[in-house]
Amino acid sequence: MKTVEEIKAAIEEAVPGAGVTLVTNPSPSAQHALLLAPERALEVAAFLRDSRELAFDFLSNVTGVDWLDKEIAEKVKVTRQVTKTVDGVEQTLDETVEETRKRVEPGYLEAVYHLYSVALRHGPLVIRMRTANRTDRVELPSVTPVWRGAEFQEREVFDLYGIVFTGHPDLRRILMWDGFKDYPMRRDYVDPDDYEYEPTAHDAVLARAKAHLESHPALTDSPVARTGEGNAPGREGAGAGA
Amino acid sequence: MAVDTELKIELGKQGVFVTTIEELYNWGRRSSVWPMQFGLACCAIEMIATTMARYDLARFGAEVFRPSPRQADLMIISGTVTKKMAPQVVRLYNQMAEPKYVIAMGACAISGGPFKQGYNVLKGIDRYIPVDVHIPGCPPRPEALIQAFMTLQKKIDAQSLTGADRPRHLDAEAQGEFPVPEPGEHDLEPPSNPGVWTVPVVIR
Repeated sequence: MKTVEEIKAAIEEAVPGAGVTLVTNPSPSAQHALLLAPERALEVAAFLRDSRELAFDFLSNVTGVDWLDKEIAEKVKVTRQVTKTVDGVEQTLDETVEETRKRVEPGYLEAVYHLYSVALRHGPLVIRMRTANRTDRVELPSVTPVWRGAEFQEREVFDLYGIVFTGHPDLRRILMWDGFKDYPMRRDYVDPDDYEYEPTAHDAVLARAKAHLESHPALTDSPVARTGEGNAPGREGAGAGA
Repeated sequence: MAVDTELKIELGKQGVFVTTIEELYNWGRRSSVWPMQFGLACCAIEMIATTMARYDLARFGAEVFRPSPRQADLMIISGTVTKKMAPQVVRLYNQMAEPKYVIAMGACAISGGPFKQGYNVLKGIDRYIPVDVHIPGCPPRPEALIQAFMTLQKKIDAQSLTGADRPRHLDAEAQGEFPVPEPGEHDLEPPSNPGVWTVPVVIR
């Protein structure tokens, strides 16, 4: 198989202005990815599938990644003019000071695709696409018209991450129910507070269980709630439970 | 009115069989408990193994797995109950004819198991329907399911047909239908049925 750099060059030759960026992977696997610009992604995808040398005819996996807003602190050298009194004479001097500046890099949602070629027996090629932000501009073009196998997996990414795939033939939730409002795989998802009964709680679960008991004092005070009296209607006695 | 055991044995030696309606009725019920043909996850594979020749659940009168809840007496919750599936499980239970029983099979069915802290898994089916026998295990071996089945048979055998502790199907006042939870915006509504399940005591 061609290297990722060669594939990138081939794409840029075939689709001018494709806006492909190389995302390197510093780990030993060195599985570098190609970041596609959403505007031209469909053309690039069609090229990857139809090109004779590449022939990526099989989309094996689609997944999502949630990148939160990142606060980056960086030290900047700033030169400014300072008025000082040196030896009784007032002077204006240039002084270089190090300053810590913080900037927030906005987060985004990312869709990752793994491509293989069954015909030429090579792969995987990892391609990625990023949304503009995590809140209101979360559209990405669907590659379902190019690889039909993307349909259910893009629905899953939509269901769990909330990426809206434009051009998808049937974009509905696939794992959660239709009325569900959250996106459970996002990093800032808060799951329902049903930590009322945790017999062997530890670490994060213990903290959630304690927080639950503090917010529901009735659970600790009421003897009925704590002893479980009147449990099952009309099914008690008669040797229940092994 | 129970028969004196010694008298019963003595009469049996003479070729006279004595029983009570209660005994006969419970014997008939416990010897023909038909489970519902319904599996949710990997525990279902063990349930299938239990019915096959090696373990042979048919020895206990439960050979017929009915594909319809209307014809089934026993619901074996065999596997993880996801929050999406829970309303359907409760609805199927409501559609079963009385008398009906539930075995919660495996860690997931009794508590959520390894997926307890997941956003999508119900933390035990006993939050919505009354469970007669819980069996732990991940998954429980077929012997454990047979043990649960025998426990259920003992329970049926010990039920008296009159009095305050009579089974639900003989009690006109007893609640027979259980509210089906609605899929809400963040979780099932309500998250549990307080008439069936209250928070158990944790002894530390």
